[in-house]
Amino acid sequence: MGKTLAEKILARCAGKESVSAGEIIQGRVDIAMLDDTLGPWYVDPGLKKLGADIWDRSKTVLICDHYTPSGSAAQANVVKFNREWSKEYNIEHYFEECGPCHQILAENCFDLPGTLLVGVDSHTVTAGAFGCFGTGIGSTEMVGVLATGEIWLRVPESIKIQWEGKLGSRVMGKDVFLRTIRDVSHSGATYMAMEFCGSAIRDLGIDDRMCISNMSVEAGAKAGLMAADEKVEAYLREHGNTKPYYVFESDPDAVYHSVLNYKAEELVPQVACPHAVDNVHDVTEMAGTRIDRAYIGSCTGGRLTDLIAAAEILRGKKLTRDCKLAVSPSSKKVWEQAAKMGILNELSEAGATILAPTCGACVGYHSGLLADGENCASTTNRNFRGRMGSREAGVYLVSAATAAASALTGRLTDPREI
Amino acid sequence: MKQEIIRGRAYLFGDNINTDFINPAQYMELPMDQMIQHAMEGADPDFSKNVRPGDVMVAGINFGSGSSRETAPMVIKGSGISVLIAVSFARIFYRNAINIGLKVLTCPQAKEIAHGDELEVDPIAGTIRDLTTGKDYTCTALPPHILELVNDGGLIPHLEKTLKKKD
Repeated sequence: MGKTLAEKILARCAGKESVSAGEIIQGRVDIAMLDDTLGPWYVDPGLKKLGADIWDRSKTVLICDHYTPSGSAAQANVVKFNREWSKEYNIEHYFEECGPCHQILAENCFDLPGTLLVGVDSHTVTAGAFGCFGTGIGSTEMVGVLATGEIWLRVPESIKIQWEGKLGSRVMGKDVFLRTIRDVSHSGATYMAMEFCGSAIRDLGIDDRMCISNMSVEAGAKAGLMAADEKVEAYLREHGNTKPYYVFESDPDAVYHSVLNYKAEELVPQVACPHAVDNVHDVTEMAGTRIDRAYIGSCTGGRLTDLIAAAEILRGKKLTRDCKLAVSPSSKKVWEQAAKMGILNELSEAGATILAPTCGACVGYHSGLLADGENCASTTNRNFRGRMGSREAGVYLVSAATAAASALTGRLTDPREI
Repeated sequence: MKQEIIRGRAYLFGDNINTDFINPAQYMELPMDQMIQHAMEGADPDFSKNVRPGDVMVAGINFGSGSSRETAPMVIKGSGISVLIAVSFARIFYRNAINIGLKVLTCPQAKEIAHGDELEVDPIAGTIRDLTTGKDYTCTALPPHILELVNDGGLIPHLEKTLKKKD
């Protein structure tokens, strides 16, 4: 019987010939990622209590991204603790104020095909875009991983999500995912792997693919996988990868929990309305909804592809005083590339505020929170009530193109109309 | 393992209670005792005033969706909730709850239970008796070794104990 991508990757990580959905495996972790909020701050007491040392420093990555640049003394203290902890434990791969962890992991070639990456952040599923089994775990679980280098996992069933055909202009990876979760729902992939495939997925660049895998956790998924292809291998070469990796793809006769089929041509820009990620509509259905702020950033929607899409819409135009736009490039690298291309200037000239690369406003910590009654068109991943600031604010999850178009008009706007 | 019966009052929540509701992000830099004062604030601003030690939390589908923050089950446990019953749980939350020592049980009929009902829960047998209505429900039982881990206070104290035994 054929195997899914998830089964093949986890078989390798368990050192087994083959594994099947439902089986519990003991997986050997290739990369353990800690961030500043849920990493050392919560992991350290457990490690000390057990008197354990880190099993492999070369496989441990610490990234300060949520509380940077700090919005309060309390946040700064957590970051300081992380910095000192990285020295105490001699952590080689330490990043601070570089951008959201999932982008940093990718750029530094930690998301390797066929490997197992665990992180103390639910969006660790982003690594799935590289055919890497990335999944989020809790801080206590991470203590066990750091001490032993292993974790038990139940091999997930997979939902095959097949997108065939060509996406229209100004329709992005974000729209692909939002259209998918419209059917799968906020809990429909719980305990399962979502496997995205088809010609439309293969046509997408790495940035859009990462956006899709990133959001798979919003449907409850344990992983959001895509088979690694020549684009992934080219990305790894360009980013200087020197480590081995393992390219797998699902067998034609692999057994799936369910299969969903979509035609890319039929997809139009999508929006997840307050306050649920699966409260999805065509943007045109919600057109005219007042938008007070737009936000382009985070591990979901602040990559170069997103900034290019925004600049294409805003080039030579001016935002009015009715709608503010904040842009936080997903990493220093994205910042530098966008700056070199002149995009940051174009966005700034149109009236956008360019922020530091950070998780900041997406998680409601700092850098542009929402006021009572404000509506925000955001390229981030969650629109739970209160997520980006006031409980009385509304977050509309959209692509970067839709966010830019909506910022321009002060109304939710289909970017194809600009 | 000896029998364990938990008796408590049902404190009800709905579907899709996410981690931002359970443990809003803006309190995450506070010490745990203060974070607990804001437990469940996103879904019920009066929760920390109204909850009583030993209450049984009862919820709908997909409880704990969203972030991997372990402080979510921690603030529930810290509020004095004796056991958490839901129709279904989000994956990371479920594992975190066990790892920090919060009893979690899934029960497909949890929504039939009303706020304030007196419940009797047997986590080993996997049964819930609603003493107010007289109805009985079955829930997934916690295997004895997992219940032992939870009763030890979570994975770290459990490992400490078991490692000591080996010495």
